Amino acid sequence: MSEQKIASIIAKYRGQPSSLIHALVEIQHENRWLPREVMQEVADALEVPFAQVLQIASFYKTFSLTPKGRHEVHVCTGMTCHLRGAPKLLAKVEELTGLKAGETDAENRFTLDTGACLGSCSIGPELIVDGKHYGRMTPEKAEAVLKSYE
Amino acid sequence: MTMPKLQSAAELERYRAEILAGRDPALPCIAVCAGAACDGMDSAAVARAFLAEAAHLGGKLEVRTTGCHGYCEKGPNVVVTPGDICYFEVAPADVPEIVAATLKGEVVERLVYKDPVSGEKAVHMHEVPFYKHQMRLLIGDNPKIDPMKIDDYLAVGGYAALVKALTTMSPDQVLDEVKRANLRGRGGGGFPAGAKWETTKKAADKTKYVIVNGHEGESAAFMDRAMLTGNPHKILEGLIIGAYAIGAQKGFMYTRHDMPLLEKHVRNALAQAKEYGLLGENILGSGFDFECELHFDVGIFVSGESSALMRSIEGNPPEPRPKYIRTSVSGIWDKPSNLNNVETWANVPQIINKGADWFTSIGSEKSKGTKLISLSGNVVNSGVVEVPLGTPLRTLVFDIGGGVRDGKTLKAIHFGGAMGGSIPADLIDAPLDFDGMSKLGAPIGAGGLLLMDEDTDMVEVARYLMDFLTKESCGKCVPCREGMAQMLHILTKLTKGEGKPGDLEQLEDLAEVTGLSSLCALGKTSADPLKSMFRYFKPEYESRISVQAAGGSKAR
Amino acid sequence: MSEILLTIDGKEVRAATGMTVLQAAQQADIHIPTLCEHEKLESFGGCRLCTVEVEARGKKSYVVSCLYPVEQDIVVRTRSEKVDKIRRVLVEELMAHAPDAPELVKLAEEYGADRNRFERAASFCILCGLCVRYCNEVKQKNAVGFIDNGPLKEISFIPEIAARECWGCQECFTICPTSYAQAAYLLTEALAFPGSRKVQAQKTHTPTIIPIIPVAMSG
Repeated sequence: MSEQKIASIIAKYRGQPSSLIHALVEIQHENRWLPREVMQEVADALEVPFAQVLQIASFYKTFSLTPKGRHEVHVCTGMTCHLRGAPKLLAKVEELTGLKAGETDAENRFTLDTGACLGSCSIGPELIVDGKHYGRMTPEKAEAVLKSYE
Repeated sequence: MTMPKLQSAAELERYRAEILAGRDPALPCIAVCAGAACDGMDSAAVARAFLAEAAHLGGKLEVRTTGCHGYCEKGPNVVVTPGDICYFEVAPADVPEIVAATLKGEVVERLVYKDPVSGEKAVHMHEVPFYKHQMRLLIGDNPKIDPMKIDDYLAVGGYAALVKALTTMSPDQVLDEVKRANLRGRGGGGFPAGAKWETTKKAADKTKYVIVNGHEGESAAFMDRAMLTGNPHKILEGLIIGAYAIGAQKGFMYTRHDMPLLEKHVRNALAQAKEYGLLGENILGSGFDFECELHFDVGIFVSGESSALMRSIEGNPPEPRPKYIRTSVSGIWDKPSNLNNVETWANVPQIINKGADWFTSIGSEKSKGTKLISLSGNVVNSGVVEVPLGTPLRTLVFDIGGGVRDGKTLKAIHFGGAMGGSIPADLIDAPLDFDGMSKLGAPIGAGGLLLMDEDTDMVEVARYLMDFLTKESCGKCVPCREGMAQMLHILTKLTKGEGKPGDLEQLEDLAEVTGLSSLCALGKTSADPLKSMFRYFKPEYESRISVQAAGGSKAR
Repeated sequence: MSEILLTIDGKEVRAATGMTVLQAAQQADIHIPTLCEHEKLESFGGCRLCTVEVEARGKKSYVVSCLYPVEQDIVVRTRSEKVDKIRRVLVEELMAHAPDAPELVKLAEEYGADRNRFERAASFCILCGLCVRYCNEVKQKNAVGFIDNGPLKEISFIPEIAARECWGCQECFTICPTSYAQAAYLLTEALAFPGSRKVQAQKTHTPTIIPIIPVAMSG
């Protein structure tokens, strides 16, 4: 259960201020977002000011301060993908999901993210859903891909 | 079965001999590429199909999943040895035919390379144009190695350089060799690695660190990930040798958090190296102790900057420090820390094995050795390639890259991602050289080479790059945070045709001030793409102003 | 601590190792403008207004004097065409946020900055970090911190702590060059813990009316 796992992560890093980022990464990985109360617990246990936890949690885009959807949809906006048509693909995905980058829909189905360069430039533009690559994507193909995710 | 630690050079060489004795070079082997692009094209399904077939053959066929071969455009890639027969765009349905042909010593003609114009076929790797013009000193081993198996690395001579360094050379001699080789940083700085090592070595504090910068945030650069995912031991070997030369006791491999395969391979490599006694105490009985940790970024480009990276390893936000506090003297936890890029470390074993004289025979006068280049953009053959420094861009773009896709003409070549520059097509004969490219305004950077075709809007490119960087700025200093925001604002207006007189001068002022007074390289180089645009493509920018002022219709 | 001799604006200046160029200049009565610098705080290097030209070992560079360590024989220029341009443009960039901040108005006059060169931005915070650093280093309460990055970077009061600490302190309000810190606090109070000031005031017998610090606010 998430709560227990979070508690054990915090316990592991208790009293180690320099492990703040490690602790937050593990919690984010486990819980898929960082609730404010959890961040406060981390601040107390690792003996860092809460302001510092907030700074780090909001600075790095790996951390999510709101709950994420069941499926993470990522459109690569790296330079090659950009030159190969990513903006049109992104516009279509935004239209299909009703989301802009960083947002999650009300039913918690999708979270949309953009970001650069996952290193598979040759198959750009890419749509990546839950880590699965859909390469050489076109706006037309995007709908079918997204429909397959409940 | 746990492997007993190799406690001396002799034991390692004996073990290597055992590995080689157990391998028959005549045994057919299918190498399936699992690099990022091939993996994205589901090469895993191809690999599974081969393994299923091989399972029935009683050891007559070996199947190996490897790291990136380089020809990403044509994946999933398969290479069959002996003979280095290259099959492209392989699907699981092709597998039975390939297996049958391989067992008979035949070739599946329909899957080999065909020249798009002449139709001429090339079967073996050294015949395929993409591979033929390269000098694959670093990436050449990738098709031979399963990154999860240290024995594969040992089989191709891995860790022989470490043995040589630890048992026959003093730390000073190792440092000297690297200095004489004139190995320049491959991450973007082009700074002499030997000199950097020496600064760290000479720093007063006895505690020293070495770091692999595997962050590779530069957009369209994917060669470091290809190397680190495909052959992590090569980088590790270079790191241990460097640590020995510098006198560092601990190393950090720093890479991205969003590549599960990379993480798996590096973790495994570190564990295996430790198991074999290549990491830890008294490595190979030399008395040298060294351990290495893996660290991840947390999703921001600036954490690839060396001082920011070190803050990140400490657990702090990745805010860069000014360059006059040299990290070689005061880095992680204020200890002397030597940071080098993945590719830089990967060069070290061969420099030790074959010597500085050999290394300096490759390349141009001041840029020695080879360079990994990620070819992408509007290019026919995208992928990871390796050429000697000094190679003319024409070779990269046309002979290897196959020119511009869709029959279009070349307009510009871009290097260095968001902090680099674009040069026009008529400079195609310029050599790939650190200083030369810098002078032209398109520094090699990490080596991401993007082709831009005739339809590319150079104003939009500058806007796009500025947009990328503004999101990645840490926000601490005014010239970067505010300057970039204002430059982006103007560029956005220009792309919409809303430029007014004075906008270009404004951009030039902002570019100059941001370049001079920003705290770190991100801000300082943020306007470099724009500067190259003004140098070579100004008319295109001017047309966005005069169009508006004249009240005429949009040019594009 | 050994003595270091350097030149600032043609004048020979004696300094000690460990000093910054700014400290050496101030000691020699040579003025360099600053904004994010405060005697009680560690130098930050954020505003870049104290940028000077340094010539060392034949090479010229532009560095922030608040952090750059003094070195033997360096030649420092606190004013030059490039240095002045840097300061002018930086002031113009900041005035897009807070055109009426007294320190910026003064600098604008000296460097010929046009307060309207850039379009007015939404926030009048200039992210000098004085409030954050003061609360962290001097008060050690960490009631206010930075969040986010790049152009989205902001200061943020932490309601749980601000509710306890800020009303009785208010020291960052006076250090703030634009009075944004005070405004941010008041907004946080209004949204997160309205009415608590009355409760506090009853406990401590302090007035509930908060005098607005007369630093001009941007419209």
